[in-house]
Amino acid sequence: MSLTLHDVQRVAMLARIEVTDTESEQILEQLHGIFKLIEQMQSVDTAAIEPMAHAQDAVGRLRLDTVTETDQHELFQSVAPAAEQELYLVPRVIE
Amino acid sequence: MIDSSLKQLSADLAARKISSVELTRAYLDRIESNNAAINAFITIDPDASLRQAQAADKRIARGDAQPLTGIPVAHKDIWCAKGWRTTCGSRMLENFRSPYDAHVIERFNAAGAVILGKTNMDEFAMGSSNENSWFGPVKNPWDTEYVPGGSSGGSAAAVAAALAPAATGTDTGGSIRQPAALCGVSGLKPTYGVVSRYGMIAFASSLDQGGPLARSSEDLALLLDTMAGFDARDSTSLERPPEAYTRRLDEPLAGLRIGLPKEYFGEGISADVRKSVEDAIDEYRKLGATTVDIRLPASDLSVPAYYVIAPAEASSNLARYDGVRYGYRAESYDNLLDMYCKTRAQGFGSEVKRRILVGTYVLSHGYYDAYYLQAQRIRRLIARDFAQAFEQCDVIVSPTSPSTAFRIGERTADPVKMYLSDIFTIAANLAGLPGMSIPCGLDAAGLPVGLQIIGNYFTETRMLNVANVYQKQTDWHLRRSPIASNSS
Repeated sequence: MSLTLHDVQRVAMLARIEVTDTESEQILEQLHGIFKLIEQMQSVDTAAIEPMAHAQDAVGRLRLDTVTETDQHELFQSVAPAAEQELYLVPRVIE
Repeated sequence: MIDSSLKQLSADLAARKISSVELTRAYLDRIESNNAAINAFITIDPDASLRQAQAADKRIARGDAQPLTGIPVAHKDIWCAKGWRTTCGSRMLENFRSPYDAHVIERFNAAGAVILGKTNMDEFAMGSSNENSWFGPVKNPWDTEYVPGGSSGGSAAAVAAALAPAATGTDTGGSIRQPAALCGVSGLKPTYGVVSRYGMIAFASSLDQGGPLARSSEDLALLLDTMAGFDARDSTSLERPPEAYTRRLDEPLAGLRIGLPKEYFGEGISADVRKSVEDAIDEYRKLGATTVDIRLPASDLSVPAYYVIAPAEASSNLARYDGVRYGYRAESYDNLLDMYCKTRAQGFGSEVKRRILVGTYVLSHGYYDAYYLQAQRIRRLIARDFAQAFEQCDVIVSPTSPSTAFRIGERTADPVKMYLSDIFTIAANLAGLPGMSIPCGLDAAGLPVGLQIIGNYFTETRMLNVANVYQKQTDWHLRRSPIASNSS
């Protein structure tokens, strides 16, 4: 596999991280090294192996469908960059 | 006082030989005098710490103290602590004051322990040298030209410099054990699911696990008694009966079977590390243990699989930092999309961005099977290797890290070289097994060497016993860094 500058820019957009052209080139070089390491995985045939998503293979717990949390929106919104009237403020999306 | 074990401090507090206020103030004074040299703490709040210490003294006077009541503990700045700035080593959370406590912080508070401060770390726990912190690198108290390891480097350095009697850390691929090794302290990563992740800022959720760092395994056991426990708010927290991790510390080791994995003793280990680890193994033989050669054939694939799984999970976990609900927001931007992109470009450091990009790529359309699924299959192979090995042995012993501490700046240019620092620690995270590191020697330059002990699931009590009996026979864990030897 060979990554291109276009891949870096596409992935950066998917990840919502602005990258300059110079940064893209540096990142590309570093990703080449990282993917060379990662590609070692392709040396083994794992077709018959069940993927392991989790250390304990535990099943999710169920609980009663009752309210367990209290309303703390004032506390939680006190750390927001911009909030007003219980709403988070962001730049206008719809004109 | 700074040479006392937690057990001794606890006894002195109970006997009113010292007060928690005196103890806490003594450590705050040491931080004041010595932190500038090593940069182990991001935040201290003496008033808040001393308030807790006063409350602890009252509790001791009332006669309802627990073992950790009045003991100051430094916390990695990844744990949310109500009212405390909780940065995770990132500009993104530089001014974030947590509105709630992590489960682990709740438990320390309930035990009457004192929050001594928040320790420096690699940003979002991504790193093996503590050079990725927005708050500057941590320096190794044994030699300040060298890294302390990472990502819990501030916690390890704080204990090694005697700026804290004990600390907490987290370990996703070695982030407790590797800095413990490089700083000459003891550290334990429990079985995945033993310590709640609630309020522990997420990096790679299927691998992250909190644990203690301290001078001795006896201290670790005391800390784990408080840290471990079921918590319904962490969906992967395990419902198990509470365990007293201190209960078997002194059992004799006769009959202990130690597995020595061929793959962990190959090329690439520095001669000094090899010698110290072999000496430690000889010591175990003298203590009645037998050794058995074992194989972990999929070991080579642990680093590659980790660098798919951890970045994939990180890219998803770190999507929450968008400048809307909390944390950093870029100052100027054109529109909402631009606000996200600029906030994340400015708020994250280069290693974090690199891993988010790797993770986004491996999860993107058309690549999922080749990378993420393949990594999860290899993860199964690695877990199976361990399961087979534990049929022949009780614990597995190896070097924690192939080398002692390296120089600041030495590996920053090459991410892959840095990633290979964790070559012996990552597999335990992938399998979810408990692992620890204890000091077992010094290299020619006087830098500490760590011995890794990996146990089967839920065998922390036995591992702490294995470590403690060794520490009763040796004094490597009692050796002090130059900064710890400062009287002020």
